[in-house]
Amino acid sequence: MITRFLLQNMDKRGGIFLAILLGLAVLVPLSNLLLPASSPFHVPTSTMSLWGKYLCYALLAISLDLVWGYCGILSLGHGAFFALGGYAMGLYLMRQIGSRGVYGNPILPDFMVFLNWQELPWYWWGFSSFPFAMLMVVAVPGLLAFVFGWFAFRSRVTGVYLSIITQALTYALLLAFFRNDMGFGGNNGLTDFKDILGFNIQAQTTRAALFSMTCVMLAAGFLIARGIVVSKLGKVVIAIRDAESRTRFLGYRVDRFKLFVFTVSACMAGVAGALYVPQVGIINPSEFAPANSIETVIWVAVGGRGTLVGAALGAVVVNWAKTLFTSGFMAPYWLFALGGLFVVVTLFLTKGILGTAEALWARRRKSDDTPAVEPAPAE
Amino acid sequence: MPEPFRKRFRHGSGGTLQGPGMNRKLVWMSVFHRLKHALVIVIALVAASVASIAQTADEAFTRLAADSYSDTSRAIEILVSTAHPNAALIVEALNDGRLLAGPGGVAVKTAAGGFVDARTGQALAAAPADVKPVRLNNAVRRAVQAALGGLGLLNPDAAKRTAAAEAVFKSRDAGLLPVVEAAIGKETNPRALAALRQAQAAILIAKPDTQPLDRFAAIEVLRERADQDALATLRALPGDATPALKEAQAKAITAIEGRLKLWAAAQNLWYGLSLGSVLLLAAIGLAITFGVMGVINMAHGEMVMLGAYTTFVVQEVIRSNAPWLFDWSLAIALPAAFIVAGAVGIGIERGIIRFLYGRPLETLLATWGISLTLQQAVRTAFGPTNREVGAPSFMSGAFELGGLAITYNRLWIIVFAALVFAALLAILKLTPMGLQMRAVTQNRRMASAMGIRTGRIDALTFGLGSGVAGLAGVALSQIDNVSPNLGQSYIIDSFMVVVFGGVGNLWGTLVGAMTLGVANKLLEPYAGAVLGKIALLVCIILFIQKRPRGLFALKGRAVEA
Amino acid sequence: MNAPVPGALTSSLLYLDGVSVSFDGFKAIRGLSLTIEPGEMRAIIGPNGAGKTTMMDIITGKTKPDIGTVMFGGSVDLTKLDEAAIANLGIGRKFQKPTVFDFHTIEDNILLALKSKRTVGKTLFWKTEAPQQKRIDDILGIIRLADRRDRLAGSLSHGQKQWLEIGMLLAQDPKLLLVDEPAAGMTDGETAQTAVLLKEIARDHSVIVVEHDMGFIRELGVKVTVLHEGAVLAEGPLDHVSANERVVEVYLGR
Repeated sequence: MITRFLLQNMDKRGGIFLAILLGLAVLVPLSNLLLPASSPFHVPTSTMSLWGKYLCYALLAISLDLVWGYCGILSLGHGAFFALGGYAMGLYLMRQIGSRGVYGNPILPDFMVFLNWQELPWYWWGFSSFPFAMLMVVAVPGLLAFVFGWFAFRSRVTGVYLSIITQALTYALLLAFFRNDMGFGGNNGLTDFKDILGFNIQAQTTRAALFSMTCVMLAAGFLIARGIVVSKLGKVVIAIRDAESRTRFLGYRVDRFKLFVFTVSACMAGVAGALYVPQVGIINPSEFAPANSIETVIWVAVGGRGTLVGAALGAVVVNWAKTLFTSGFMAPYWLFALGGLFVVVTLFLTKGILGTAEALWARRRKSDDTPAVEPAPAE
Repeated sequence: MPEPFRKRFRHGSGGTLQGPGMNRKLVWMSVFHRLKHALVIVIALVAASVASIAQTADEAFTRLAADSYSDTSRAIEILVSTAHPNAALIVEALNDGRLLAGPGGVAVKTAAGGFVDARTGQALAAAPADVKPVRLNNAVRRAVQAALGGLGLLNPDAAKRTAAAEAVFKSRDAGLLPVVEAAIGKETNPRALAALRQAQAAILIAKPDTQPLDRFAAIEVLRERADQDALATLRALPGDATPALKEAQAKAITAIEGRLKLWAAAQNLWYGLSLGSVLLLAAIGLAITFGVMGVINMAHGEMVMLGAYTTFVVQEVIRSNAPWLFDWSLAIALPAAFIVAGAVGIGIERGIIRFLYGRPLETLLATWGISLTLQQAVRTAFGPTNREVGAPSFMSGAFELGGLAITYNRLWIIVFAALVFAALLAILKLTPMGLQMRAVTQNRRMASAMGIRTGRIDALTFGLGSGVAGLAGVALSQIDNVSPNLGQSYIIDSFMVVVFGGVGNLWGTLVGAMTLGVANKLLEPYAGAVLGKIALLVCIILFIQKRPRGLFALKGRAVEA
Repeated sequence: MNAPVPGALTSSLLYLDGVSVSFDGFKAIRGLSLTIEPGEMRAIIGPNGAGKTTMMDIITGKTKPDIGTVMFGGSVDLTKLDEAAIANLGIGRKFQKPTVFDFHTIEDNILLALKSKRTVGKTLFWKTEAPQQKRIDDILGIIRLADRRDRLAGSLSHGQKQWLEIGMLLAQDPKLLLVDEPAAGMTDGETAQTAVLLKEIARDHSVIVVEHDMGFIRELGVKVTVLHEGAVLAEGPLDHVSANERVVEVYLGR
């Protein structure tokens, strides 16, 4: 049943996307590990980690597309779920350091020794176990999304109001995680990781494995999201996006459907964060910054919302452009470019890259029956 | 009874006689004890005056010449308590290191560089032979400070006398009691008199040999003063005091602490109102663009920032061209900021937002892009660091109101916020433009059919909202860092205010801003600034669940349309 | 088919008594009482602002009355339920402005409306079985949109959208249909066809029709209730009602 669910009505676009991902998962690590550095096909470790980061963002973008593109919930706080997943992974990685920290304390991380803490806070318990940490990666963002969504959707907070309170949510978490008393490393966050599952986190092989894992999880995230949107539930969710109260009069409990999608999406964002942290080597409160969450929205918009593949594409393209911009003499102009992108995409490229390309393609083939989901005007 | 003592008695015990809870018997006992006490003082003073002033002065000058710390301290005490005519001159010189002493006599080096005989006050041709500056250590310095305090009590300027009494109050120097009491006898200025009586009470509390009933009276005086210093002074009551006294002391302390708590709450309330008016200023422009037009302007914070930078530029121009205009710089910056931010706002509305009406989420994204662009533009033009915006003289300083410390800049911002609010309300309610604005808000097509140029009204409304944000920037430049990130720090709070207050209602914005401001400041003492803010954010998130459209929401079918 | 539930408070399918609601001081409904028998078709008329749409909002749970009783099927208090629960009880509604899901195909619109379990899990793992597919095909035939089933609903004309919405009501298979101005914006031919369609539906459903078009009401030939200022002004056959002096006064504004 699961396979049927995941692969039902697989289209060409999704197939190509999956093939590319699986190809990357195999070929990039192989090229990195086996080919000599002089080979033109060799992928340097730094490039691999960088693209691993992009793919984490792509998973975050797909999770956002699920709620925004299909359900019409513009979450300006998805960065919070991403960061929470990242922190859950960070806690595990901190516990793996053991007594190799600067202060050599076998139990307490360095920053706790520095703050004169005597014992590990209860919410750190269990994070030395990898399975538990992985459970938390999904459970913590999922639970937060469930509780938040349960209140918000039941009382029918919609549209910009919802956007604004999701932004307030991530802002509140930003302030909270900045506090040293929270026990998450305050301003500096969690860093100086050593091992993951006993493997040196800096080792080339570990990095290659993390990259492959990211590709696989992105593919899995895509399949789940796609399975949801092509199911009847997906149709209900799109109906909610386009005519919420009509859907309610048909007898669907709109709040529960929204809650389901929102929670699944938050779990997915948490996984993206958990993959992100070992590859960049740090997690700190700035990941909660409202600006980050809004940037995620623009990735989705650039790629084309309501397309899933487009969201992933947008995340990679925008971040690749960002790296290109900010590493050269153009650095001071990146914000102009990003700001301009927001304006241009909302004014002229409302369907995003993928949506526009498909519309052009469809026009050429003169077939008007492609039921491509277009971004509908939000309420 | 000699005149000065009767006066002293009346002043000294006034608080006691009117004090609450003092029964008649106690009053009579008090009077009796007072009389006895007064008698003791009379005897002491008479004795002091009988003893030759010259003789004691001799002792003082001998001790000064000895140049030992203890002798110097004692000499000062003698000079002050005998009210030597040159005491002020000598003590001030000592304080400044201009007092020269030695076997050759004691002389004061004047500020002009001449020399004066300390004993006679006559000018000397040159410094006496064999003198050197009198040295000071901390003990001597304390004695000097106390003496200066005592001497200041006789200063002709009432404000200086008050200040001196205040200094004595804090030092509780028992040696100054006679001087204080003499000063009370002569004092006519009510403020100075009150300060003197408090100084007297402070000394009486701490002095080991004070009569209990004098202490009761002193406790009463301190209780009326009711501030942190009074509390500290009350606690200086020696441990061997009678149980009744201790009880009175405890009662007074409780009373004062209660009052202080009240003042602290009032102070927090004031801070809250001040923060509320800042929030109101930042949010009210948003209330127009979001509330009236339904446009989510994420670049609203940047309009505030532009206003602040306009203030900076105006001040720079004034500084280099017309420094005498500096006190008017804010008045000049206000219209400038309104025009700059308003013009940018109209540009944004005509260039971008008007293509996005009816698509609030897209508007949100596009204006976020504008906000990034504006921030970076300002960063490029003015640099990423904070810019210094000066305060005109009427904005600087503070004054005290009861137990409240009120700074002028906060006061002016509250006044300014109220004026802006009233002006906006008037514009919306009374002017033809306001009428057209409301018409367009309620029914765009109908308004258009009636000949209102809706596009023009949209642009003007957005310009008005942005211009008001610019005004807020002028005010915020006085209390916050002027940097490219200025707007970012206010945008979330502003949205919270508007959403909390209810969209489309300026009064809701007012109530929202004040509620959030006051709640924030009242939470701070208990939860700390950051935790308080988090708590408030969570409360608003929960509140919106309860009332999705804010405090003052519209109801009925119109909302759904 | 709608036999009264044993122990029910009333034998009526829908029972409104003394219902009032006000918005910001304006009384949209004042003391409205109305009963609909099982299998009955009723037309509701009234000038603008008479409270027709608000009455529908109250029955479907969109608006909660300030006071008054609203009972369905004799024993269910509708004021305590939300829209989805009321819809699942068997009350379907067609809006004044046709509201279909523009970005779904016509067939998917019917599928979404089709009577089924509305839970998250059931919809996530939904598979359309043969009888359900047949029902969808039947309805598409009734509303004459079978040949366009794969078109997006947004591409339909106004009249076609009205029919699609009626088709969605049929798919819901409700006990009671609330139909708000089904003939609005239709050509005369379409109006006549709609009347036929509604009469067909009324054979095995209870229906409340709100309409302005007197010709349309006459064609339906059912009992008429006249609303005015949120209360019932007159009730009876159309001829009887239109002879009522008060009704004429209200309509002509004398």
